[in-house]
Amino acid sequence: MPTYQLKINGNTQTVQADSDTPLMWVLRDNLNLVGTKYGCGIAQCGTCTVHVDGVATRSCLLQVSQLQGMEITTIEGLSEHGTHPVQEAWKEIDVPQCGYCQAGQIMTAAAFLKTNKNPNASDIRTAMQGNICRCASYNSIEKAVMLAAKNS
Amino acid sequence: MKSSNNIQFSRRSFLRTSALASGGMLVGFNLFNACKPDVKPPVDLSLLNYNDFNAFIKISDDGKVTIFSPNPEIGQGVKTSMPMLIAEELDVAWSDVHVAQGALDTKNFTRQVAGGSQSLRQGWEPLRQTGATARQMLVNAAAARWGVDASECTTKEGVIKNANGDELGYGEVVHEAAALEVPEDVKLKDPKDFTIIGKGQSNVDIDEIVTGKPLFGLDYKREGMQYVSVLRPPAFGQVLESFDDSSARSVNGVNDVIRFGDKIAVLANSTWSAMKGKKALKVEWKQDTKAESTEMHDKLLMDLLDGNKFETFRKDGDVNKAFAEADQILERTYESPFLPHNCMEPMNFFANVTTDKIELVGPIQTPARTASRIAGMLGRDESEITLEMTRMGGGFGRRLYGDFAMEAAEISHLAKKPVQVVFSREDDMAAGIYRPAIKYRIKAAVKEGKVSAYHLKEAAINSNMYGLIPNFFPAGAVANYQVDGANYKSNITTGAWRAPYTNFLASAEQSFFDELAELMEVDRIQLHLDLLQNVKGTTDERIQYSPERLEGVIKKVVEASNYGKSKEGVYQGFAVYYCHNTHVAEVADVVMDNGFPVVKKVTCVVDCGIVVNPLGAENQVVGGVIDGIGHAMYGELTFDDGEPQSNNFNSYQLIRMNQTPQVDVHFIQNNIAPTGLGEPTLPPVGGAISNAIYAATGKRLYKQPFINNLDLEQVIG
Repeated sequence: MPTYQLKINGNTQTVQADSDTPLMWVLRDNLNLVGTKYGCGIAQCGTCTVHVDGVATRSCLLQVSQLQGMEITTIEGLSEHGTHPVQEAWKEIDVPQCGYCQAGQIMTAAAFLKTNKNPNASDIRTAMQGNICRCASYNSIEKAVMLAAKNS
Repeated sequence: MKSSNNIQFSRRSFLRTSALASGGMLVGFNLFNACKPDVKPPVDLSLLNYNDFNAFIKISDDGKVTIFSPNPEIGQGVKTSMPMLIAEELDVAWSDVHVAQGALDTKNFTRQVAGGSQSLRQGWEPLRQTGATARQMLVNAAAARWGVDASECTTKEGVIKNANGDELGYGEVVHEAAALEVPEDVKLKDPKDFTIIGKGQSNVDIDEIVTGKPLFGLDYKREGMQYVSVLRPPAFGQVLESFDDSSARSVNGVNDVIRFGDKIAVLANSTWSAMKGKKALKVEWKQDTKAESTEMHDKLLMDLLDGNKFETFRKDGDVNKAFAEADQILERTYESPFLPHNCMEPMNFFANVTTDKIELVGPIQTPARTASRIAGMLGRDESEITLEMTRMGGGFGRRLYGDFAMEAAEISHLAKKPVQVVFSREDDMAAGIYRPAIKYRIKAAVKEGKVSAYHLKEAAINSNMYGLIPNFFPAGAVANYQVDGANYKSNITTGAWRAPYTNFLASAEQSFFDELAELMEVDRIQLHLDLLQNVKGTTDERIQYSPERLEGVIKKVVEASNYGKSKEGVYQGFAVYYCHNTHVAEVADVVMDNGFPVVKKVTCVVDCGIVVNPLGAENQVVGGVIDGIGHAMYGELTFDDGEPQSNNFNSYQLIRMNQTPQVDVHFIQNNIAPTGLGEPTLPPVGGAISNAIYAATGKRLYKQPFINNLDLEQVIG
């Protein structure tokens, strides 16, 4: 089985995995970074969203062999103590219901706010449409992204 | 409103205490039944078990309180709201309370089921009694130490005070309190004195959720655990004929392939290897029972509606006579498809079956029932089983069924290894226990400007409406009233889905009333108010909705939504419903955007009695409304040759943020005991949006998903 060096949350990690293994399963099964969730496996729901070189990316279709030299950030590495403005806003608005999709929502929102520091509601709704929340916490997500933008 | 659910609550014996060896007091309590005579909570926290008690409260020497919350958390917030009830009466600061999932469960756990929106309603009295009793024991201990009468002492935020101004923290008297007799008569707070109930409290797991900590079933790991992907028959009615696992076994990381029944388990070192191994299996399936299709179901259900093989669930007066004498008659048929649950966390479970014990860990809404079934399946004693519940990535009814846990237990038993069964999304959608397809035919008669008859017929896959549903509104409001049901037994598995039956029934009935009011040339709101007049003072025990409370939510929603006075270009649809003991009225606002009707806003008024946790409650209400819109608009699972025609989110549409309206929530303020919120806001919204879309487009919608009836590519908000 090949070995890969991955830069994850600022650390270099060595993993052994088949070359076609999606980053999501490497994170979850090899590295026990289970904050990145499995939802659909075909980049349709957004629960597996991580940052690759700062860009929100679905990790379920990203093969481990394609990641040499790239900076990967997962929900565990978004901030040291859960204090990223998006995380703070999620807590203040009390967004989660079941909570399963929220790491993916937060990662999408955090990357989005780097590119649009002053979004309106319509920008947020478009940016977040790739992330499904089955509990339908969308109204709260919208408010929380708006709040995070204000506090960033 | 009458209640047939008077909980007989004995203060005498529901609670016991012990002094913990490590310091602090442990209270063990049972929610709905007495403790066995000789049981005591353990003196060591590591010995906590739930054989004798439903749940525990630990009060430490430093006054900190840990509540081991008894109910499964599926996103409906009970892991926060139920402990709030205890903390309120215990009279401690919420910031001093830590909530831990009541982990291990066994057979005596009475209502350790999340379903039916009943957790808070049933826990309301006993959980507060538990808190109040523990508080009284602490007060009694302090009073004894001071040599004063306990009635002279007061408490506030974990501190006991006497008339002289002396103070003792709870932590300072826990040891003495633990040894006292359990008082039999404690007083509960007046709702006006509540300091925790009614104040919004964040989800207790919020910090862990936003930082990605392991909480869910899929996050659970054990040394030596095998990840398991299971191949199940691709179509209902098929069985396994033969298979060749040589390619699967050669996949890197695959350790074993095991057949069990008509399924094949692939065990591997990683989830990815297990999934690849499953794909590499070569399998022959055989059709064993009929291969069904949606086309066939549609015809069968229509035939049932046209036929006379009905069971009657409620019959008042004589509907046929009233139809014969009617001035006007309206008859309409409403249709709904199968729906998968699509919890974001696919089904999964961990099992470790060894010769001396069975360990089960995972997300399940029915731990006690599942443990019992697994014991039966493996011929083992229930006392050998421990079941630890994880947080659940959604339930919606799917996790009431323990099929995934049974699979894990059987595979672990056969493989003699700890295993975690992981459903892929495709497995999850294709091996579902679906909301069954149902059709309703509703017929009403109008005589001299009044509704003189109402006849509802239900044709359903597998089973009909149950319990008190036939007695929901408009039962009692129309003199000649009848509800009939018939069903077709299918080989497709069906079960509870958020607000079973009512999730579509309310949509159908509330669309029907809109059309009926139009036919009668009366105001839609006034029609409901007039009908509710007929229910006031009813002595019919089966009628549990309150006409006064329905009137209350109707009047409030009219006011809050500006119903009938909306801006030009805003088209409104109204619906009202009672289910899960909660009264709800909704108004949907639709605007036309490039010829498409778009739901912009829903005003939702809820009477659920006292709102225990406003933050969590609003989340539930909004979520239910949007979930209801999403499924009414887009949700549909069809079958062909017994095979589900969607199996992932590229072929099955769930509502997304850009399609979501704003939901404006209002709670009726009263001091009535709280009722459920996980389900009741979902059912009426299908009616509210179809009525609004009718107002906007002139098109009546009789068949869900609505998107198929609207000549549009996408309805966006």
